[in-house]
Formats: sequence, structure tokens, C-alpha cells
Amino acid sequence: MRQTLAVISLNLRSIPRRLGMSTATVGAVALVVAVLLGFQAIGNGFRATAERSGAEDIAIMLREGSQAELNSGLSRDQARLIEVADGVARDETDSGIISAELYVIVDGVLRGAQTEANLGLRGMEANGPAMRQGFSLVEGRMFSPGAAELIVGEGVRREFLGFELGQEIRLGTNDWTVVGIFSTGGTVFDSEVWSDLGVLQNLYQRGSSVQSVRARLTSPDGLERLQAYVENEPRLNLDVQTEAEFFAGQSSGTAGVISSLGWPLSIVMAIGALAGAWNTLYSSVDARAREIATLRAIGFSGLSAFTGTMAEAVMLSAIGGAAGTAIAVLFFNGLSFQGLGDSFTQVVFDLSVTWDSIETGIALAIMVGVLGGLFPAIRAARMPILAVHRSS
Amino acid sequence: MTALYTLTDLSKRYTRGKESITIFEQLDMTIDQGDFISIMGPSGSGKTTLLNLLGGIDRPSSGAVDCEGTRVDKLSEGKLAKWRSQHVGFIFQFYNLMPTLSAAQNVELPLLLTNLSGKERKRRVETALDIVGILDRKGHRPAQLSGGQQQRVGIARAIVADPKVLLCDEPTGDLDRNTADEVLETLQLLNRELNKTIVMVTHDPAAAGYASKELHLDKGRFVAKENT
Repeated sequence: MRQTLAVISLNLRSIPRRLGMSTATVGAVALVVAVLLGFQAIGNGFRATAERSGAEDIAIMLREGSQAELNSGLSRDQARLIEVADGVARDETDSGIISAELYVIVDGVLRGAQTEANLGLRGMEANGPAMRQGFSLVEGRMFSPGAAELIVGEGVRREFLGFELGQEIRLGTNDWTVVGIFSTGGTVFDSEVWSDLGVLQNLYQRGSSVQSVRARLTSPDGLERLQAYVENEPRLNLDVQTEAEFFAGQSSGTAGVISSLGWPLSIVMAIGALAGAWNTLYSSVDARAREIATLRAIGFSGLSAFTGTMAEAVMLSAIGGAAGTAIAVLFFNGLSFQGLGDSFTQVVFDLSVTWDSIETGIALAIMVGVLGGLFPAIRAARMPILAVHRSS
Repeated sequence: MTALYTLTDLSKRYTRGKESITIFEQLDMTIDQGDFISIMGPSGSGKTTLLNLLGGIDRPSSGAVDCEGTRVDKLSEGKLAKWRSQHVGFIFQFYNLMPTLSAAQNVELPLLLTNLSGKERKRRVETALDIVGILDRKGHRPAQLSGGQQQRVGIARAIVADPKVLLCDEPTGDLDRNTADEVLETLQLLNRELNKTIVMVTHDPAAAGYASKELHLDKGRFVAKENT
């Protein structure tokens, strides 16, 4: 053990003699890890935002087979049937607490890129805002029924031009006034703009049709009762699920794709880093051939030479992994980002470098180190002892 | 005198491509405990090869290398490494010190293969450095030492584990005359005072003169000449 530690110490102390190559290896591994963590941060951020958006006590109903609100369509009559459904909570006037909603896509201009991007404009009934958990009006007031007024999510105001409180903005062929800024605590709704349902139906010539209905459930078993009601009502042809289930399903696809995109890129870059590590470590072994042979002549084992080289490889890649992680945490974590959501609209969310991602990144770095060190370490272990007689 | 090494019918051949090169054939030799032997001979005569065989860092093509009843040529790699650490101290022409370690740390290396405590290792390192007269440089790295000082550190490393035999490959080949004489006097001291058996390969007749026995390797045979 002592001889192994001594050889490891010798290897690590000799790193400054190959500072340039060692730094290049560390940098390559850092880049690999930073790229991987960057992609995972986007996926994690999107997933966390989507999952945060769904409530367990809110049911969302779409036309059967619709995967997203954009594909769905319900009549006003269907919405009224849900209002009296079993399992739906009632207000003090004994009306079912529901919000029929219409969702359209409009163009907004991104502040940073100054380019147009899709933005979700949602028309909703009076119950709509309160059915979003964490909803609060942070500035201004609610839109008035019948008026072309908007309340704007914080994410939209931050990332898009023209949505300041009191500002008039033209969306499509219609002029709107921003009368309020709302927050839902970082959910996908912060990336939306809301208006009165009737106004939106009128301006976009949708008649009385809507795309989704949200309903507050009476209790945890309210969903089953509501599903049973819908199943037994021939005029309703709907998929019923909790909002939490809906967003979990929505996020898993997009977040999974984003996170997965990082892997092929990282693996290609890791192969490059591997080549760099090989080069550095073969140079290290060759440069220390006489030292290794001398230690073997003194009585040190081949295993200690192997371990010393492996330790150098793992140390360099671990430093690279730590540097890559530091870059990701410093530059990506918490960064506001907008990406295309499942409704083809921009979703604003914060990037999130999680511990799971960091563990994955460090594991990848160590793997590069182990693979990069393996063959040079075998070469070190097999170094002929007669190399003691080399002149340098 | 007690025989330390007995070499019997020792042959060493190398293959270069399809050509077989014989270094020596059926060589017999005895080295007694306490001998100070210098081996001279023309380049390529196999002086260093013989030293490698004595030190167990190379194996003969045939024949036996016996050291106090141990067939060195028959030991496995692992046992050979342990045998080297306990019985042999190597002194090299280019010192072969670890550039990132201090003189004391270089000397300590062979002791890391023992079970000695840190305190005992430190005591032995300082004793070895004191014997070769370089204790005051124990904290210096090789680059901070002269050639002669580096070779003294090399000698201290060779003797620190108290081996019976020191194998020296051109130990003064990289030193000026005065420094070489100082190093050779140190080797002579180790031979006389500590009864170390020394086998030294050299091209330098003046260096060979410090040995008690001078051998010339010529056409695979030794010609002995006792020094006075």
C-alpha cells in the first residue's frame, strides 16, 4: 500500500512537468461535462417547471385522443355539462368551479434575439386564475370581462418586448391593453398571456367553442367520480386527468428529448477528450520511463506503476469534471431560458443543474479518466526494467 | 571468504531480427562476500548485461545465478522484486533520482517497501545521508544538487535498506575527476567499513583501481588481476 501511495504521489507531483498537455486534458474533460450538464440543465428546468405547474385537485378535460390543448375542441354545451358533474367542487352559489378555456398562439418579440417567437394567449373564465396554484397578481389589476385587456405572466414580461404594465400591444390584428402582471411561482403559466374567454372567442371568431375545461375537484376521489360521470354521459367524449398527470405527460417527452440530446454530443466530445488523455498519459509514461524502471529495479511492483498512472489519469479527469461542473453551476444554473413547449409556444423556465446531473457528469469524467489511463498504465506496468540505463 | 554469488555456465544471447547475438557463453564466476570488484572491457562486451543478471533485472539465456543459495534466475517477477529490495542496492551512471522528491525522500524510497515506522525510516535515511556526507542537503531536490552530490544521494539510496551487495553501473561516468575520486573513496569506505560487496562496471582505469579485484571481460571470459 505504501509503495502504491508513493508511486501515486510521484505521478501527481510530476504533473507540473507536463503542464500544457495536462491542462489540455483537464480542459477537454471540463468541456465534455459542461456540455452534458448544460443540456441536462435545460431538460431538468423544463421538467421541473412543467411538473410544478400541475395541481392534484384540478382536473383538465380535453377531447378524447387529444394530446395537447391545441388539438382539442369542446362545445359550450359540453362545458356546461361538466359544470354540474359529480366530483366537481361547488362555490357558494352551488355552481361548479370550472374554467372553460381557449388557447391560441400569437407572435411576440423576444427581448434578446429581437426575433418573433410563439406565445400562448389563453382566454379563460372568471374562475380560471384562482385555479392555478400559486397565482397572484403582482402588479395592476385583473382583466375586465368584455374588454380587450390582458394580464401577463412574469416570464413573458421578462423575455418579450411590449408587455409592460399599461402598454398597448398589437397581437395579430387586434390591439390589447396590458392591465396586470401575474405570477404563478415559476410554472409554465408564467409564460402565458391571459384574457377574458368571451373576448378571445369573439376576436378569433371561435364562436362559443373552447379547447379545454378545468374543474376543481371536491376531494381526492373526485377524479374517479368525474371520470365515471363523463364515461356515462354520451354527450361527453373527453379524456379526464388531473392537471399534475397532464403536465407530467407533457414534460416527459420534451424534457427527455432535451436531456438525451446532450448525450450523443457529450460522447463524441468525450472520445476527443479520451484521445487527449491517452496522448498526455503516454507522454507521461514515456517521459518517466527511467523513473518507473528505477522504482521497479529498487523493488516496486508493476502494479504500483499501473496504479500510479491510473491515479494520474483519474486525477486529471476528476479535476476536469469538477471544472466542468463549476462552469455549469456558475453559468447555467438559475439562468432564465425560453424553449419551445409541447404547444409550440415559448416556455420560460430557469435552467437547473441538479445533484443527479452533477453525479452523472463526474461519473462520465471519471470514466474518461479510467479509459484514458488504462492502456498507458498497462504500458507503465510493463516498462522493461532495463530502461534504468537510459540516459534521460 | 564466503561466496556470495556463484554463476555457473551462464550464457546470454539476444535476438535482433533473425540474427542471434551471443554476449557470453558458459561463463563461470564466484563473488565473495566483501569483494570490491571492478569489471572492465570494450563496449558491447556485456559488462552491464552481467550486472543486470547479478541484480535480477535481466534473466540469463541459460545457466544459473545463485546468491547465497537462492536461484535468482528462477524467481518469479514478484519474488524477484522482493529479493532485489532486500539484497541489492543499485548505483547508476545518471543517478536515476526522482526529480520531484527531495534527497531524503529519494533515499527513503527502498524503505517504503518495508514495514519500518516513519520514525525509523527517517533515522535510517539520515544515517545513510550522513555516511555519504550529504546530510546537510537532505531537503534539496536533485536539480539543486551538483552531479557528485546527486551520486552521493544515489549511493545513500542504495545502502539505506542495508543490502549485502552494491551494483554500480559506471558510477563516475558522468563526473569530473576530483568528484569521481570522492565518490570512489566513498564506495571504498562502504566496502572496508561496512563490508558491502561491490561490483562496479567502468570504462575508467583510474576508477577500476579503487577496487580490490579488477576483472576484464574479453570474448566471454574473465581475466582477473588483484589490485594492491
